[in-house]
Amino acid sequence: MTSSPVTRTQGGAARTAVEVRMEGLSRHYGPVVALDRLDLTLHPGELIALLGPSGCGKTTTLRLLAGLEDADSGHITVGGKDITHVSAAKRDMGMVFQAYSLFPHMTVRQNVAFGLRLRRVDAAKRDRRALEMLDLVGLSTQADRYPHQISGGQQQRVALARALAIEPQVLLLDEPLSALDAKVRAQLRDEIRRIQLEVGITTLFVTHDQEEALAIADRVGVMREGHLEQLAPPIEVYSRPATSFVAEFVGLSNRLSGTVRGGEVIVRGCTLPLVERDTPDGEVVALVRPEAVTLASHAAPESGPLVGTVIAVTFLGATSRVTVDLGDASVMAQLQTSDATALSAGSRVALTIRPDPVLVSGSSAAADSLAEEEA
Amino acid sequence: MAAITSLGETPAPAEAARPGGMQARRRRRLNVFRYVVFTVFGLFFVLPLLALGRFSLEGAKLGTWALTAWRQIASYQGSGIPPLLSAIEITLELAVITCVVTMVLLVPTMIWIRLRVKWLARTMEILCLLPLTIPAIVLVVGLGPVYNKIQHYELSSLMLFWAYVILALPYAYRALAAGLSAVDVETISEAARSLGASWFTVIFRVIVPNMRQAILNALLLTWALVLGEFTIAYLLLYSNLQVELYSISRNTPNAGVLFSTSFAALLFAFILLLILSFVGRRRRGRG
Repeated sequence: MTSSPVTRTQGGAARTAVEVRMEGLSRHYGPVVALDRLDLTLHPGELIALLGPSGCGKTTTLRLLAGLEDADSGHITVGGKDITHVSAAKRDMGMVFQAYSLFPHMTVRQNVAFGLRLRRVDAAKRDRRALEMLDLVGLSTQADRYPHQISGGQQQRVALARALAIEPQVLLLDEPLSALDAKVRAQLRDEIRRIQLEVGITTLFVTHDQEEALAIADRVGVMREGHLEQLAPPIEVYSRPATSFVAEFVGLSNRLSGTVRGGEVIVRGCTLPLVERDTPDGEVVALVRPEAVTLASHAAPESGPLVGTVIAVTFLGATSRVTVDLGDASVMAQLQTSDATALSAGSRVALTIRPDPVLVSGSSAAADSLAEEEA
Repeated sequence: MAAITSLGETPAPAEAARPGGMQARRRRRLNVFRYVVFTVFGLFFVLPLLALGRFSLEGAKLGTWALTAWRQIASYQGSGIPPLLSAIEITLELAVITCVVTMVLLVPTMIWIRLRVKWLARTMEILCLLPLTIPAIVLVVGLGPVYNKIQHYELSSLMLFWAYVILALPYAYRALAAGLSAVDVETISEAARSLGASWFTVIFRVIVPNMRQAILNALLLTWALVLGEFTIAYLLLYSNLQVELYSISRNTPNAGVLFSTSFAALLFAFILLLILSFVGRRRRGRG
């Protein structure tokens, strides 16, 4: 078993973060396979974000861990103890839901103290703990308000305080930010991470927002059709995606036809290293990140493999995305907005591709289908 | 360009003023319409009641005023029929028992079906709404043999609550279903479960308090139904307030008693419902 770091709670009590292990977990809904023999281990105090498209099984994983659904097969152990058949009420897990889940008839303070009341903690201690938790999420001044009197972001903060008040072994976050507007989402995301690190609790965070997952997690698990495609630190998932699905799901990718030769891929005259060096020689589709593409204006008017015409410039704030038509394909480049301002639709540009390791998708068949798509 | 600008600018204040003026006129017209409708419907309901009240106070001579008909309700002692006070007592007891039994049966069942056995929801709905489609007389024919057995053991009129619970099911079900659908039952129950709550706690400490308004509505409807029920009690030879008032009006030579009993029945139900509604609102205010 992985070593268990001792963390300190708000109340000052020492607590040991636990390891969570899911082995061969499967779940079917009729003929639909929601989860297919999933193996996933959360190290003590670690935050793993499960990322994936709708229906990939990420929420099912979290619900199985919470005990809100039963697995068809497989085992779940928390801190070495098998909890596969333990009811949700006895699993000792705090959970924050996507929908606002505060009890409408209770005040913020009563909501936070609810779990402690069920554990028969005496009133004074309960109240003190509730206020501590509200203080942790910055809402101690709202303690006597009802859920309908506070904003959505505040409600999710209270839900987080309520989940943490019972000092659970594991914290489960089921898309807790998806109902919030962009600014509040970013603030609360950072706050969740701060609190998670402060409390030191093993956490599973489910989201379909890649930016959220990459920003918050120690490791990101990308899921597809009930299984994990890749589980790795955010930087690795982004820069060295294990599969073409991960490469395309996490961030944007240009799909450019190329040729693998001797452990490298040649894309439009540029030689790029491969993520998987043992890829056999042949025609492939290379997945190139937009930020690996740089543009130089005032290109020579004659066309070449890496000279094209700007067809759109999309302002994204600090960066801008420029789409360039190469004649037989279009390529996206992500530039600093200050660099992109010189470019406008119709201007001729020369492209260079930074030699970052790239992932290639499929073989000659894939390249042929890409060529057909482009045609 | 200048012409367009001037054309665009000159009528602007008038354009701006017109919607406001139109809105005010429209609002006035709507208000007048509202008052007319309210008055017409008010008269439609109040005039017969006033006439009822006036006739119940008719003296021996036409056009005179007297309380004779009201005194006769209080002083009436029919042969083998319980007096009025006893009928009121039985009706109130019936109302309380029916309300309690209906709520005890329906509330946990509906929540449990919503949370755990959703596939049963449609069947439950059909079963609960079924009494609406069965005429009271058909119910009496069906219930007759059962109540004959009950009467054989000389049980009181309170046994009517079985029939009244069935009658109240559709109304109580609808009110509770509306309340349940207004709460995100699944999410809050899962939140409570994850915090360590048992199913009992989930139902009675988390969901039921959020259905207070719906429960109050269901209680009001059930209460009103029991207070106004006549057919089943009369045909099954039991006595409740409505049956007693009917007996009084039939067995008293004074025609005014017919009006005073009807008016008394209406007032009784109205005042009780008003009290119940007021109590519920005050509790909500505190919550």
